[in-house]
Amino acid sequence: MSDTFQLDGKEVAFESGQTVMQAALTAGHYIPHLCYHPEFKPHGSCKLCTVEVGGRTVASCTLPAEANLNVESNTGELNALRRTLIQMLFAEGNHFCPSCEKSGNCMLQALGYDLEVHTAGFRHMYPDRPLDASHPDILLDFNRCILCELCVRASAEVDGKNVFALAGRGSGKHLIVNAESGLLKDTNIALTDKAMQVCPVGVILPKRVGFTVPIGERRYDQRPISAQALDDAPRPPSGARHE
Amino acid sequence: MNEKKKLRVATASLAGCFGCHMSFLDIDERLFPLLDIIEFDRSPLTDIKHCGPCDIGLIEGGVCNAENVHVLHEFRKNCKILIAIGACAINGGLPAQRNHLDLGSCLTEVYLTEPGLIHGHIPNDPELPLPLDKVHPLHEVVKIDYFIPGCPPSGDAIWKFLTDLISGRTPELGHGLLKYD
Repeated sequence: MSDTFQLDGKEVAFESGQTVMQAALTAGHYIPHLCYHPEFKPHGSCKLCTVEVGGRTVASCTLPAEANLNVESNTGELNALRRTLIQMLFAEGNHFCPSCEKSGNCMLQALGYDLEVHTAGFRHMYPDRPLDASHPDILLDFNRCILCELCVRASAEVDGKNVFALAGRGSGKHLIVNAESGLLKDTNIALTDKAMQVCPVGVILPKRVGFTVPIGERRYDQRPISAQALDDAPRPPSGARHE
Repeated sequence: MNEKKKLRVATASLAGCFGCHMSFLDIDERLFPLLDIIEFDRSPLTDIKHCGPCDIGLIEGGVCNAENVHVLHEFRKNCKILIAIGACAINGGLPAQRNHLDLGSCLTEVYLTEPGLIHGHIPNDPELPLPLDKVHPLHEVVKIDYFIPGCPPSGDAIWKFLTDLISGRTPELGHGLLKYD
């Protein structure tokens, strides 16, 4: 028997050791998220998954599930805060969707669509972030980095290569490549690495396949991200799939 | 006189490519029922040069030069509802991709040092509006009431937004119509 907590008034069962996010997704309840990935240890940095518990706001991806918690997620107030976070992420980098080959497969963009973000909201910073096109098969476009550290985590934990890291602090924080030259061509990254598959935005891109799937026929063109995130959630092996 | 007064609509393209205007025309035959309830004031479609009092102003493109600023202020002064339409109007879009560069060095490279240029010079005709140091989204210059994202927004998105607005509903785009690309 597992314990339960309340999420937006619904009973959610959880196993001990699960976070609120894990339990919610497993049970078929969506909480918006960006830096959380079911295969990695929660990072808790993007704050998109912030929920309200007992009058306090907490990142649900790092909050351990406990019996009888009363968690609120899908509220007007929290979704307004999420919209603000999305706007801040857009304003901080150069997210120029019309020229991005990740458009339609981008989680940041899909969350913007799903949360109905129509406006820029903030003064865009238009930072100067040169590309790294040094690698023969892989392009790095730092303009779109949201510092989720998924590539850092994937390269270190799964690929065992430590190709990426974050350097600097505060607003000067940025993604770097772990090579003396600072260039991707001088690392042992490979197209088959996990780090190639986890970027939620358009930073780490395999070359020469950008438009194999045309704009308009891509993942989040089909269905909103809220309807798809549950597909990736860890589920009980059989029979117990929630709808 | 029992005919209902038509809503007056003005449109302009500032630092834009007229793609949003083309997309507006993509509402196709729905233009006819639309023209039963609206009439155009200043717009590239009418060639009226200055904007009179209007109900709705639609502006595509961001603000990249001194003339853009004047046109935008003229629209804000005259339009009860001002709508930013398209990526450039909302966050600067393509023209704003120069924002992390120095304007002087942009002009120098394009008109003076670019290989293949012979007798190049930076255009200096007094008729030409002076470029601004940076390209700005509309909302950084005047108050904008609504935003229709997209590069360009589809004809369907524009139709949905305008018909919602004209009939007094809160304009909503929703999945499939809300696009940033």
